[in-house]
Amino acid sequence: MEIQIDRELNSQADVSGAHLKEPLDLRRRARLLETLIESWLFFSGAISILTTMGIVYVLGRESLLFFASKQVSLLEFFTKTQWQPQIGHFGILPLLNATLLTTFFAMLIAIPLGMSVAIYLSEYASMRTRNLIKPILEILAGVPTVVYGYFALTFMTPLLRTIFGDNIVQIYNTASAGIVMGILILPLITSMSEDALSAVPRSLREAAYAMGATRLEVGIKIVVPAALSGIAAAVIVGISRAVGETMIVALAAGAGPNFTFNPFEAAETMTGHIVRISGGDISYATIDYNSLFAIALVLFFMTLSLNLISQRIVRHFREVYE
Amino acid sequence: METQIREPSHESFRANLPRRHVVSKIWRAVFRVSTVVGIVALILLILNICNRSFGYVAVESPFNLESQSLQGVPLEELPKEELLALLEENVSRGTFRRLDREKPFEQRSQEEVYVLLIAEVGEPKIVKTWTLYESLFQRARVFAQAQEEFPDAELRFRSWINWDFITSQLSSEVEKAGIRTAILGSLWTIAITILVAFPLGVGAAVYLEEYAGDNPINRLIQTNINNLAGVPSIIYGMLGLAIFVRSLAAITSGAAFGANGDTAANGRTILSAGLTLALLVLPLLIINAQESIRAVPNSLRQASYALGATKLQTVLAHVLPNAIPGILTGTILSISRAFGETAPLVVVGAATYITLDPSGPFSRFTTLPIQIYQWTSRPQDEYRHLAGAAILVLLILLLSLNAFAIILRNRYSRRF
Repeated sequence: MEIQIDRELNSQADVSGAHLKEPLDLRRRARLLETLIESWLFFSGAISILTTMGIVYVLGRESLLFFASKQVSLLEFFTKTQWQPQIGHFGILPLLNATLLTTFFAMLIAIPLGMSVAIYLSEYASMRTRNLIKPILEILAGVPTVVYGYFALTFMTPLLRTIFGDNIVQIYNTASAGIVMGILILPLITSMSEDALSAVPRSLREAAYAMGATRLEVGIKIVVPAALSGIAAAVIVGISRAVGETMIVALAAGAGPNFTFNPFEAAETMTGHIVRISGGDISYATIDYNSLFAIALVLFFMTLSLNLISQRIVRHFREVYE
Repeated sequence: METQIREPSHESFRANLPRRHVVSKIWRAVFRVSTVVGIVALILLILNICNRSFGYVAVESPFNLESQSLQGVPLEELPKEELLALLEENVSRGTFRRLDREKPFEQRSQEEVYVLLIAEVGEPKIVKTWTLYESLFQRARVFAQAQEEFPDAELRFRSWINWDFITSQLSSEVEKAGIRTAILGSLWTIAITILVAFPLGVGAAVYLEEYAGDNPINRLIQTNINNLAGVPSIIYGMLGLAIFVRSLAAITSGAAFGANGDTAANGRTILSAGLTLALLVLPLLIINAQESIRAVPNSLRQASYALGATKLQTVLAHVLPNAIPGILTGTILSISRAFGETAPLVVVGAATYITLDPSGPFSRFTTLPIQIYQWTSRPQDEYRHLAGAAILVLLILLLSLNAFAIILRNRYSRRF
């Protein structure tokens, strides 16, 4: 009897299952489409991984070919002060030195100016002034770098030459490129620092004002320390940007590797060298071609580690306020 | 007792106060000046470009055709030898040799030489240029200098940016050089960049925001995208050179599709350039699109699920339509970055000198920023003026793109 009932129930279930068959089918089809689209979406996300793998593979492979060549030794690559592929001298120091020199000048301009503008915007400026200045900075950030290169060559270099004299300042020099690069990086450092400063809660400022602090003391002693991690991250990102910047140095810093610490002399940076050599007719599978990838690999590691440090600083040293 | 303790500290507080206020004021001035310096930099940048885009030029036809015909015999009737002598006198030696190589002079008729003479010498040439500043404020000096150095020259005020400049193709002659080829090249490249980067970027953003669970792979993708955004653009150029230009040459040169692209291009084509730029802007585009998708409130999604919609239906019918203004704004901003990008395209192999308009994705290319780079890197003053005019065109294009993005954002953005 019980069994019969069970069977009855089962048959009822069957009937109801048959009744539901149509909507069930629909759902299954929809799921198939979803899987398809979902895999497309996943593929889109994975493209970024593929890009990174591509960069590492390409730079690594060609660099290996470069270092495997008999003309090159890894030690000489990092210690020799001459880069003259024609006669087999491959020392990256002159290129690296020029890169650091331009970066130094860029930071000399961008850090103090950028910080000052950020503090002014977040602590002093009225709403109206902020709304006026921020778009100007955005425009400054949106100008293509080749335009800055033009500016360095046709404005900054003649200016430096009038100030210091034509026989001291060469037509192409790292100082001019560095200063203009500082102007390029100024908006980046300003906007990142300003975000960090604005994130400091009002209560901290008001407490300091209540203790009788002046505006400057609130800004320098309270707000800046509280936002220090964000500011440090901004500066490091700025350095990374300066190291990888290409068109300004390609136009204004000079062509031809030159190991010098004189900022008024021409010297070619890593990025400038890559652009100049690959801009000409370069044949594949030559040591010149491979050497570019070795330079690019050094550049890639420099910028990547700077970016990672900046992210780490933000993550580990951020002060969290409720 | 209490007052005794308070009194000295109060006094020292008082004594210190003026100094603190002065210091505060000085620094406020410093901060203000810094801000002004930033603004002045932008103004100088624009003034410098305008300075080179307009100004006086001395135009000279070194060979005055009318005075020659006045010597009794009209020019057309001069014997070939004399015409040749005139030609040799008035063009540079290099040009003369080039003309000889194109077709030896012995084989040319008197009439041909005459046509050649008119074309090479009869056209007015710019012999000296001045900047806008000199033209406006040192006019007397400009006139005196022109009078002294080029007595035959005619002084004209020239706007280097003009309709002919925009619509004519590249030429080695300064007077005729234009940027049509470069603008078309830029547009073709950007079109490919958008076609590739937009679907991939939005897809990746939707995946990361709507589908991705919190597992190591997805975290890796997210970190990776943030890191890629900081990779220098020239590295992307190297990637494009090795992958698109070299390894995939069969595809990017169009040979695999039987396209009769420029055979000399061998992978250094618009397609390679567009793909390289697409990889370059992808991280930016994804990060922007993610922010817009994140801004869509969860209540909308939950309402959709409650009505029995599937995840895909929710995304397509509710999330994306609400996020699309933000996504488009972000896309336009990323694209304007790609539009001004120079270094990766130089590495990928932009042509140094082409006068042929691009005809499709498999043609060789040059773009507006690359044209600017090439003109700027020449030492002659005339090319700096051309570069200045091209920069003005580029900046106007970019500003209108950005203005469009801002209008889009203000018009369609919704607040929840």
